[in-house]
Amino acid sequence: MSLLQEHGPDAMVVAGGTDLFPNMKRRQFEPRVLVGLRGVRELGGIRGSAREGMTLGALATLTQVSLHPEILTHYPALARAADLVSTPQLRNMGTIGGNVCLDTRCNYYNQSYAWRKAIGFCMKKDGDICLVAPGSPRCVAVSSSDTAPVLWSLGARVRLVGPDGERVIPLPALYRDDGIQYLAKAPEEIVAEIALPPVDGLRATYWKLRRRGSFDFPVLGVAVALRREGEVCREARIVLGAVASQPREAVEAERLLAGERLTPELIDRVAEVAARPSKPLDNTDLVYYYRKRMTRVYVARALRELAGLPVGDWPTAMAGRNHANDEEAR
Amino acid sequence: MGPVETPPRRAEELAVIGKRLPKVDAWGKVIGETKYADDLILPRMAHARLLRARHPHARIKAIDTSRARALPGVLAVITGADFPPVKFGILPVSQDEEALSTEKVRYVGDAVAAVAAVDEETAERATELIEVEYEPLPPIMSIEEALAEGTVRIQEYGDGPNIHKLVSLEFGDVEEGFREADLIREDLFYFEGSNHLPMEQHAAVARWDPDGKLTLWSSTQTPHYVHRTLAKVLELPMSHVRVIATPVGGGFGGKSDPFSHELVVARLAQLTGRPVKCTLTREEVFYAHRGRHPVLMWVKTGVTRDGTIQAMHFRSILDGGAYGSYGVASTFYTGALQTVTYKVPRYKFEGCRVFTNKPPCGPKRGHGTPQPRYAIEVHLDKIAEALGLDPAEMRRRQVVEPFSKTANHLTITTCGLEECIDRVVEASGWREKHRRLPPGRGVGFAASSYITGAGLAIYWNEMPHTGVIVKIDRGGGVAAFCGSIDIGQGSDSVLASVVAEVLGILPEDIRVVTADTDLTPVDLGSYSSRVTLMMGNAAKEAAEKLRGLLLDAAAKKLEVSPAGLVARGRRVYLRDDPERGMSFAEAAQLAEAAYGTLAAAGSYRPPRRGGKFKGAGVGPTPAYSYTACVAEVAVDPETGEVRPLEIWIAHDGGRALNPLLVEGQVEGSVYMGLGEALMEEQIFRKGLHKIPSMLEYKSPTTLETPEIRTILVETNDPEGPFGAKEAGQVPLLPLIPAIANAVYDAVGVRVDEIPITPEKVLKGLDQKGKGQEPRVGPERFPRVSFPEPIRVESAFGQPADLSLKRE
Ligand SMILES: Cc1cc2nc3c(=O)[nH]c(=O)nc-3n(C[C@H](O)[C@H](O)[C@H](O)COP(=O)(O)OP(=O)(O)OC[C@H]3O[C@@H](n4cnc5c(N)ncnc54)[C@H](O)[C@@H]3O)c2cc1C
Ligand code: SF4
Repeated sequence: MSLLQEHGPDAMVVAGGTDLFPNMKRRQFEPRVLVGLRGVRELGGIRGSAREGMTLGALATLTQVSLHPEILTHYPALARAADLVSTPQLRNMGTIGGNVCLDTRCNYYNQSYAWRKAIGFCMKKDGDICLVAPGSPRCVAVSSSDTAPVLWSLGARVRLVGPDGERVIPLPALYRDDGIQYLAKAPEEIVAEIALPPVDGLRATYWKLRRRGSFDFPVLGVAVALRREGEVCREARIVLGAVASQPREAVEAERLLAGERLTPELIDRVAEVAARPSKPLDNTDLVYYYRKRMTRVYVARALRELAGLPVGDWPTAMAGRNHANDEEAR
Repeated sequence: MGPVETPPRRAEELAVIGKRLPKVDAWGKVIGETKYADDLILPRMAHARLLRARHPHARIKAIDTSRARALPGVLAVITGADFPPVKFGILPVSQDEEALSTEKVRYVGDAVAAVAAVDEETAERATELIEVEYEPLPPIMSIEEALAEGTVRIQEYGDGPNIHKLVSLEFGDVEEGFREADLIREDLFYFEGSNHLPMEQHAAVARWDPDGKLTLWSSTQTPHYVHRTLAKVLELPMSHVRVIATPVGGGFGGKSDPFSHELVVARLAQLTGRPVKCTLTREEVFYAHRGRHPVLMWVKTGVTRDGTIQAMHFRSILDGGAYGSYGVASTFYTGALQTVTYKVPRYKFEGCRVFTNKPPCGPKRGHGTPQPRYAIEVHLDKIAEALGLDPAEMRRRQVVEPFSKTANHLTITTCGLEECIDRVVEASGWREKHRRLPPGRGVGFAASSYITGAGLAIYWNEMPHTGVIVKIDRGGGVAAFCGSIDIGQGSDSVLASVVAEVLGILPEDIRVVTADTDLTPVDLGSYSSRVTLMMGNAAKEAAEKLRGLLLDAAAKKLEVSPAGLVARGRRVYLRDDPERGMSFAEAAQLAEAAYGTLAAAGSYRPPRRGGKFKGAGVGPTPAYSYTACVAEVAVDPETGEVRPLEIWIAHDGGRALNPLLVEGQVEGSVYMGLGEALMEEQIFRKGLHKIPSMLEYKSPTTLETPEIRTILVETNDPEGPFGAKEAGQVPLLPLIPAIANAVYDAVGVRVDEIPITPEKVLKGLDQKGKGQEPRVGPERFPRVSFPEPIRVESAFGQPADLSLKRE
């Protein structure tokens, strides 16, 4: 803590390093001091149960999260999101804390120093304009965490520890829609743990759009969590990942679900409304209008999955891979 | 003694050939012991980094290296001025490259200066301290821009301001053929460029010995051409340059040119008096490139009612990038092989290669032919549909005749394509599936052919294309020396297997010494699928000479005739009385006593069988290989995603010297073809490569690779060692159009543009929904002033003349 305080913005914490070290190599991050968290025992471990709620230490690896029996059974959407991150090797090193703090991404920014110099530096590092949206006053790099939308949909809270003590905030309050200052916390505050509320009938799922069944960051993530009484939706959360600089909740669409039965017609309407806040730009893989269009398809499929409706019998890349990976994890 | 005079022995007589044996170098790779170029560490070795251009097109006004030189740890900084003013390039007609650019930079990534330092980081920092003053010039980033631009030129030579090469050839009267046709169809296609994506990045280490001689270790597919280039550019006698190709961790054509970093480490080693290494980053591999040319294509074919081709007219425009590389050959290859798959009695080809401010394109697996193969196989699929014919059957009926000539004077020897077609049709259940699967599921068919080694060397000469020396020592150990380089395709294993078969020993008894210009006879390199056939023939010749000596010596001792002896199972014995004989080592000792040191050389030069017209040099080969493929896919109508479900692929590569290696080549080709068909794109934005990383340049993983059913159809080609042809390239070709045709079968959308990305499929589905023609692809073919064609009489249907052999 004192190191972080002493060096201020010159210092960064490192957990698994799977995001930080590649970024340092490309000189997107140039910390003078690195504070390793791995020695801090208190930050590890997964505790609790579905009935009382669970606590994930920030250093819990994505592999641990994806294989934890209680999470697999009662928070399967989170297990799935963790399991869909990158590759087995990276999941063995990458932590849940690092995943929620993951840097925003942009294909003008995730490039070598020489490449960025050649095209002209942008405001996220070394420059002062945005190359994706030249008129934009702010950076629009993309929030690319797989677990953040799911944690958000599950109502997770985050315990932050800083030099002045600690505080617990709802996970959405950790984020800001700004590609540079995407975390609403002080640089010297660390994420100590993430708390999941009791399941209490909440059922959730996560759908991830990416080109390949491994390696790739999400270019769209859809987390949906529903609490139903009988056939009727009591509570609904739809959170979109990779469509803005922070996860984005489709509040209007959620309202359409409240007190309603999940019919195919309603699902289509909800999906259409949910896609509205999705405003992808041309800075990731796959063309942006395609990603926008897929928002509707993926929200509909996520809702159909939860409603027990067929999600289409297309053994396609995405659907096939999501399930294949689940099986692999078990 | 040539291959025709010694027809391959019957399969059952062979002890090594045809067996599923592991590669001779497999163990070292599996346990991580293989030393690649980047693994080399020499005492006092320095590290080099290149400064690369940050403008796509600019004049260099001044370079100031003083700050870089002043950085502690820097040993030398060089620019183009530190080299003689000599240009180079792989083809004699395109000598347009410099070790380091002196006047102009022509793409983002062009090398401008270089630093040697005590470590890589210091060298990298130093490159950033080099100040280059540029005068930016307008960048030319597409085929259309290159054709339209009349004043700004990328190169100062070629067939037009930014046209590198124009070709126009007509074999027979195509107009006459179109008049005889019942159906004439024209189609436009585009094929995006792609990188080879070898796992190993290029790397080179140079060292100057105290006697003033240079040694270069490099990850290269063509040590001989690198040898020539080093001597030329550094103005050294070839005898003072030694090139050793290190085991290549994947090449696919991307390591077939001499490269800037190879020349740079040589010069830096000379200046610093230390060994110098340079390993490219992954980003730099995308700049070194020489990958698949983006090609825009137009094809017109006239057929009779039963689908029989009467005439074909094919046009291509290749986006060559900034330098020549193999581009002239690539241009010819987009046209030359159209005639060796199906019967095309009259054929016209017009080709054009333009320069653009992008990394140079060159040969990638299939060199210049996957693009036209894709176009033609989809085009024929459309024709079959228009005529209400089964696309596989329509093609099967017009497979080329074995031992015949094509319209453009290419000689076909064996052809197993009919059987390949039958086998994939059968195995895949094609007849039950095509046009009969439920919506969203489809099957597609395509076939292809490829050369087994180019008929001509890259530079004109009368010498052999390859040579092998075999030496036997007194303990019975055998060493085989050849300039060939194993790039993972298994050429070391082929060399050992051929020699082992002839001498009656096992591959593991043989030490192969390859790819060292001081120690091994020249082999032109691992490109154009030439090594198995050419090196194999040379190895066979050398080994047979020695076997002759061994049998003679053994016969004398046993007091029998040598004709009654065989060498097999590490022994030499009487065929009719196997108990009577001796060990291989004993026979070797007797032979050495009788004839002196046991060493023999073999060499090979392909037959000269091409036409006599200008441009006839590209296309001829000792033998053509064939493949047929059926792909089954699922297409998600809501997301446009295409998921390959199963691939059936039948391959005629002549006799499979080692079926395991052939299957490996087929499967690797399928995987690589899938990447090109569905995702890979070397694309640019604001003058820069958009995604020069392995994460963002999308290439499939094992999870995207479906079940591959490989079927080997063995012909016994008189040209190849033990009847072998090739396996490394042809299986890639049919995969791409088979996928495109399967997508059409699944959802009725024609994607006439590679790659077939989800958004293109969705666009086609939208058009279909609106009642428009469901087709996504290029809309127009730009005007190109092709010259009057060279008119040559069609040689279609003439019998092959195999007497035209190596002299
Ligand atoms: C090829 C590749 C593919 C990837 N694919 C995906 C993907 O598909 N989906 C995905 O979500 N991610 C992906 N990642 C990113 C990364 O691997 C994961 O997000 C991982 O969970 C990051 O965790 P880490 O522990 O390695 O973080 P680190 O790299 O250690 O840290 C990441 C960031 O978080 C900060 N940080 C870490 N821990 C804390 C903490 N406790 N408190 C405060 N700040 C902290 C660090 O300072 C740093 O800024 C990929 C990375 C690579 C290299
Ligand atoms: S969104 Fe704009 S400012 Fe942000 S990283 Fe990309 S180019 Fe830079």
